[in-house]
Amino acid sequence: MAGTIVIKKPKRTLADQSYVVEITKGLGVTLKHFFKNFGQMVTGTRPDVTKFNYEDGVATLQYPEEKKPYPRRFRGVHRLTKRSNGEARCTACLMCSTACPAQCIFIKPGEYPEGHPSRGHERYAVEFVIDELRCIFCGFCVEACPVDAIRMDTGIHMTALDNRADFIFDKEKLMSFPSQDGDFETSNTRVEPGDKAHHGITREQGH
Amino acid sequence: METGATFWIASAVKVIAIVLGLVNLGALLLWVERRQSAMIQDRMGPNRANLQIGGLNIRAAGLLHSAADGIKMLWKEDFTPPGADKFLYHLAPVISLVPPLCLFAVIPFGPSVYWANRAQVFGSEAWNTTTGFIPLQIAMPDSGILVVFALASSGVLGAALAGSSSDNKFSLMGGLRAASQMVSYEVTMGFSVVGAFMVYQTVRLEQMVQWQVDHAWGIFTQPLAFLLFFTAAVAETKRVPFDAPEGESEIVAGYFTEYQPMKMGMFALGELVEVMTSSALLTTIFLGGWQFPFLKLDGFHLEMFGVAKPILMSHLTVVVISAITFALKVAILALLQMQIRWTLPRFRYDQIMKLGWRILLPLSLGNILVTGIVLLFING
Repeated sequence: MAGTIVIKKPKRTLADQSYVVEITKGLGVTLKHFFKNFGQMVTGTRPDVTKFNYEDGVATLQYPEEKKPYPRRFRGVHRLTKRSNGEARCTACLMCSTACPAQCIFIKPGEYPEGHPSRGHERYAVEFVIDELRCIFCGFCVEACPVDAIRMDTGIHMTALDNRADFIFDKEKLMSFPSQDGDFETSNTRVEPGDKAHHGITREQGH
Repeated sequence: METGATFWIASAVKVIAIVLGLVNLGALLLWVERRQSAMIQDRMGPNRANLQIGGLNIRAAGLLHSAADGIKMLWKEDFTPPGADKFLYHLAPVISLVPPLCLFAVIPFGPSVYWANRAQVFGSEAWNTTTGFIPLQIAMPDSGILVVFALASSGVLGAALAGSSSDNKFSLMGGLRAASQMVSYEVTMGFSVVGAFMVYQTVRLEQMVQWQVDHAWGIFTQPLAFLLFFTAAVAETKRVPFDAPEGESEIVAGYFTEYQPMKMGMFALGELVEVMTSSALLTTIFLGGWQFPFLKLDGFHLEMFGVAKPILMSHLTVVVISAITFALKVAILALLQMQIRWTLPRFRYDQIMKLGWRILLPLSLGNILVTGIVLLFING
């Protein structure tokens, strides 16, 4: 028939048929792996599995002792950022709790006392509670926040705790976590009364 | 050989040492298998069994996993299937564990220890008729390797009984496969050693070793027989690539599907002990037994390498070196069997039968024929 391509079936040689040669080759492969990995285990020179690499070797990650670092933008446990005077940056606008699809954020807003520089143009959170069991770690609260008060850049993987009450993180607890870099303030400080970078004009003084 | 009280005490010590040694080495082999397979497959292997003494955590590189397995097996529920034949069901694991242990009785694991007649014995032919020595071998029957074959072939009973008595179709399939496979390879095993008998002119294992010490190792005089016997021995242990009787992907776990805790452990242990006994047999018949190359009964003789004087050693040193040599040879062969287990995939059932009956058996018969012709020419 025209156009028919006849593919010749490869013939098995006596060496293939007798298994012995092929088995020896296979043993060579496994022995090579065995001796290489065994040597690396004994001398403690196996490739670092916590880093991305393509080296041959034992690829098992001994989890609690060895951990792969999370990427910079990993969404970990929330933190409430602070102003330079140590107060929470949160202005209790309720944007995050509104945006939260799991409805795990509870905020009780309050007015600043008489004479406080911020009184009259913003509020503060008397209570700020996140139920970490309900949270789905979507990051909507971080995106909703207009004042960069809530962040998920702690790099802390939420672990299992002993009872449910421990999962309810209050304001103090949320303010106690530093970011991956170890600071409590936001890195892009907003210009607000009391901040170092404040330009000196407040809303009370008028524009 | 020594008689009377010395004989009984020496025998008791040897029996206890061999049985305890084999069972514990079986557990060690389990660890070796797990960690070795892990190293082959770029894994870590089990290493987390932890013994906490005070504030000290002892892991011993995963050695404790075997102990943990033993404890787990002892405490698990021992369930007997209602439809099972109770007597045979409970007998089967015993039958599959005891023969490989007994088989070690006729294997010499070191040269005889002499304390009298030493001058007579050295260089004389009467080395096993004199008194005043203890052989490092539990029993020295005249039938020798025939005892080995009798015991090895009774191992098939364990698998077959387990398969038929546990009232499960998968078990029955596994038992049938095990029985047919083991019987088939028993034939090759027997025929492949016949060539060795013809060369050594004896069936007694200690005399086989002596012949190899005096002349040459069996692997050089009978290379094909070594290969055939090795293959058949691997098939006898029912391990990969000959593990069709277990065949997880086809028949659950084969003949021990219905066995739960310690009885399953006995099957597994019996398998590992079989690995060791088959390695010991191979060492004895083909690898010169306990002989360290160039080590004679009074020390090293290295005339071949230009060392004129022999390096003399005490008798006890030679015995210890020889016994360690035997253990090393067995260990190397056992490790090789492990390596093969993690290198090759499982043979299909018809391939196993074809390999056994149409390749190995004719080859072993041809080996007998060629050995006979060569011996006829040499001996005139």
